[in-house]
Amino acid sequence: MDVSIVVNGKQVTRDIEPRQLLVHFIRETPGLTGTHWGCDTSNCGACVVLMDGAPVKSCTILAAMCEGHEIRTVESLERDGRLDPVQQGFHERHALQCGFCTPGMLMTARALLDENPDPTDEEIRIAISGAICRCTGYKNIVSAVRWAAEHEAAAKHGDGLRQEV
Amino acid sequence: MATTENLPTAEAERPIGFGRLKRKEDARFIRGQGTYLDDIRLPGMVHGAMLRSPYAHARILSIDTSRALAHPNVAAVITAKDLETLGLAWMPTISYDTQAVLAGDKVRFQGQEVAFVIATDEYSANDALQLIEVDYEPLPAVVNARKALDPDAPVIRDDKAGQRDNLASPLWEAGDKESTDRAFAEADTVVTRDIIYPRCHPAPLETCGIIADFNPATGQLDIYNGNQAPHAHRTVYAHVAGLAEHMIRIRCQDIGGGFGNKVPVYPGYVCAIAGSIVAGVPVKWVENRTENLTSTGFARDYVMRSEMCAKDGRITGLRVNVIADHGAFDSTAQPTKFPAGFFHIVCGSYDLQASHVQVKAVYTNKAPGGVAYRCSFRITEAVYLVERMVDALALEMKVDPIELRLRSFIAPAQFPYETTTGWTYDSGNYAATMQVAMDLAGYNELRREQAEKRARGELMGIGVSFFTEGVGAGPRKHMDILGLSMNDGADLRVHPSGKAVVSISAQTQGQGHETTFAQIVAEELGIPPEDVEVRHGDTDRSPYGLGTYGSRSTPVSGAAVAVVSRKVRDKARQIAATMLETRPEDLAWEKGRWYVKGDPEKGALIEEIAARAYSGEELPEGFEGGLDAQVIYDPPNLTYPYGAYIAVVDVDPDTGHVKVRRFIAVDDCGVRINPMIVDGQIHGGLAEGIGIALMELLSFDEEGNCLNSSFMDYLIPTALECPDFELGETVTPCPHHPLGAKGVGESPNVGSPPAIVNAVIDALHETHGVEHIDMPCTPARVWAAMQGRPEPPQ
Repeated sequence: MDVSIVVNGKQVTRDIEPRQLLVHFIRETPGLTGTHWGCDTSNCGACVVLMDGAPVKSCTILAAMCEGHEIRTVESLERDGRLDPVQQGFHERHALQCGFCTPGMLMTARALLDENPDPTDEEIRIAISGAICRCTGYKNIVSAVRWAAEHEAAAKHGDGLRQEV
Repeated sequence: MATTENLPTAEAERPIGFGRLKRKEDARFIRGQGTYLDDIRLPGMVHGAMLRSPYAHARILSIDTSRALAHPNVAAVITAKDLETLGLAWMPTISYDTQAVLAGDKVRFQGQEVAFVIATDEYSANDALQLIEVDYEPLPAVVNARKALDPDAPVIRDDKAGQRDNLASPLWEAGDKESTDRAFAEADTVVTRDIIYPRCHPAPLETCGIIADFNPATGQLDIYNGNQAPHAHRTVYAHVAGLAEHMIRIRCQDIGGGFGNKVPVYPGYVCAIAGSIVAGVPVKWVENRTENLTSTGFARDYVMRSEMCAKDGRITGLRVNVIADHGAFDSTAQPTKFPAGFFHIVCGSYDLQASHVQVKAVYTNKAPGGVAYRCSFRITEAVYLVERMVDALALEMKVDPIELRLRSFIAPAQFPYETTTGWTYDSGNYAATMQVAMDLAGYNELRREQAEKRARGELMGIGVSFFTEGVGAGPRKHMDILGLSMNDGADLRVHPSGKAVVSISAQTQGQGHETTFAQIVAEELGIPPEDVEVRHGDTDRSPYGLGTYGSRSTPVSGAAVAVVSRKVRDKARQIAATMLETRPEDLAWEKGRWYVKGDPEKGALIEEIAARAYSGEELPEGFEGGLDAQVIYDPPNLTYPYGAYIAVVDVDPDTGHVKVRRFIAVDDCGVRINPMIVDGQIHGGLAEGIGIALMELLSFDEEGNCLNSSFMDYLIPTALECPDFELGETVTPCPHHPLGAKGVGESPNVGSPPAIVNAVIDALHETHGVEHIDMPCTPARVWAAMQGRPEPPQ
């Protein structure tokens, strides 16, 4: 069947098997292997992408269900050579080690800050509790999301955002 | 003392050398540009899928692959018969046992590999698995390690000539029985406990996988694989497949976590290689999560009985008997001469009169393994046992558990300290580290809070553990795996521009080697770490070495990098002497520069020396030119990091649910190269320790069905189960490591489970009389213990 999905602002149309999972559809698009697969059962969150702005686990959604919807992946976070504050925050606060969960964590964090620009640590922990990180023990991820929230707020007030990496 | 709350200064963030340098590898990961195994697609690549046994023990009567082969997208189906013709039906394990690559006569654990399908795509390969018909005759399964040696237990390994029972390796002993008997006879207090360290799984977020690409025209075998020891894997493949080692290249690009799970060679890897040799195209195989949990290297599974004794208020003796469950094939990970790994470090941090350890390994109808889940070869089991026993003894003696530890510690003046089981601990000041942890925790205040809460009927527990690990295997004269010495190479080349490439044999799975190892070169040569490229993960581009596990990267490869940097520095001194028209011995070193003693203005920067080394200008007499060196580092001893951990838990009196409210970890790993990365390692290991203590378990029913085969029931802690970890440190340098560093990556996983279980018992002992609960302390188990009911059987 033909399925047409907007992935990171670009229309992607492909003839697929009806059973194809969204995570596989995304990963078979050239250059978009940032969305990972980790568990099959919606537990680990390595596959989180944004569907119309809301975080979803792309391993448990059929690509066919996304016809006409907009998907955002980790590759869309950096814009015009500028990192998203959540990306910068993860670097600043050493919130990643092996990096495998990072894309899912980043998209989850992005969705949280879009919804709640000034979350408490508890709200951050709840927001990322659908995702597993085996390396960091989450402490620095919470700190990174706080960093992003604070710097995003500062940027809105014209203080700008330090850019490295 | 520093804590993570001390924010780094700007200067510390940009060190030439050691400090909180942010990681180089982040740039690709935060952009989703890492290259993990499944991200690699080669032209013409086909996909493999594995058919696995539904039975724990069964005879295979027949395998019919005809319907699978008729699938339009299927290229081949491989069974044991096909592998027999290639001589690949069985492979060696890392413990000198053999393991069936594909089962021929019998299956011996649920999930065992039976047939391998190769198809044009992953979906078709999995479809075809359903079309293979296998006729099994189920046999009684041996599931409980305690019953494996019963006379009527079915013999699992009847494939092995002369095997008449389920003993996987002969009784192994350490320490001294007679002097231990004497210590117990003289003791005034003795406690006995049966303690299980249950089977759990490293479960890295990225599962295991491989791409094998055999080129029939050249005979070259290219392998892409996320494994923790690429050079050792290459040697194993050369032996298994009879291929020439120099025609095998293994590339491990980014690895999504390993934690010991990615040390062994798995049957799927051999099948993919065989598939590529047969089909002449690249074959990719990536296991799913269930395959990862049910068939690849599990950890622990030690059934232990222990006695500990005290005399005059301090610990004097320890006796331990272990039945080790190795599963159906003995593929435990450990150096050859250590069949129970480093378990005999079980004498812990204490100055004992005597100890005696016996370990017996058995076969059961469960998945093979016994890998070290973030642990140096069974040290986790050892530390858990001794630290639980110390608490049991403290309860019996009615003394504070910290007090008993302080009375029994090895004293600073006793180092280097020879333990009763033969280890030589390098350095330590245990009481000082314990004190830092007590201060950070506010230990006395916590005890007051606990008493108040108890009076109100609330259940709060405070648990302590103090661990000593031996990491950084290891000295050539003692340690090898499959005959390969556990040494590491390093190769450093400084280019004419003064920028450098260092190639290492350690294999990162997230530990930040690209940053830390650049910092070591930077520290030693005085060039900025951003000018040092760390090359690893490619057997064609890195020196031979045994990889990363057992916290060996910094102790072995880190030392190799320091030594090779010093060799280059010495070479630079010779060149600088010629440049400055003086003798090498008249030069002094400051970071990045040789200068003339007594005339500090006159000197040469390392980049000036590098330029000279490759130039047409005069060089020292007999000097070959260039600025590079290589070494192989043979560590003189293990390094012995240690730490004091304190857990504070709250137990829900109505449900038995345990919440870790605080966790204080004070580690002494000697000199810290990148304290930010060290802290990150500790955070991660603590989370795993919480998982092991409270949630993670591979359990089986009586027929050998695995009951925890997905993340729905193999529970891994999330951000909600982990507290905001509180870290502290002391620094006692390693006397024999060139940088004074010790390994650290595994300490938190080793040290945290006993602290948490001790806290749970501490919460329940006074009010409910609970003396022990086996891990994981799930609400059901804790609640049952609170009711005085026996634990559910394992």
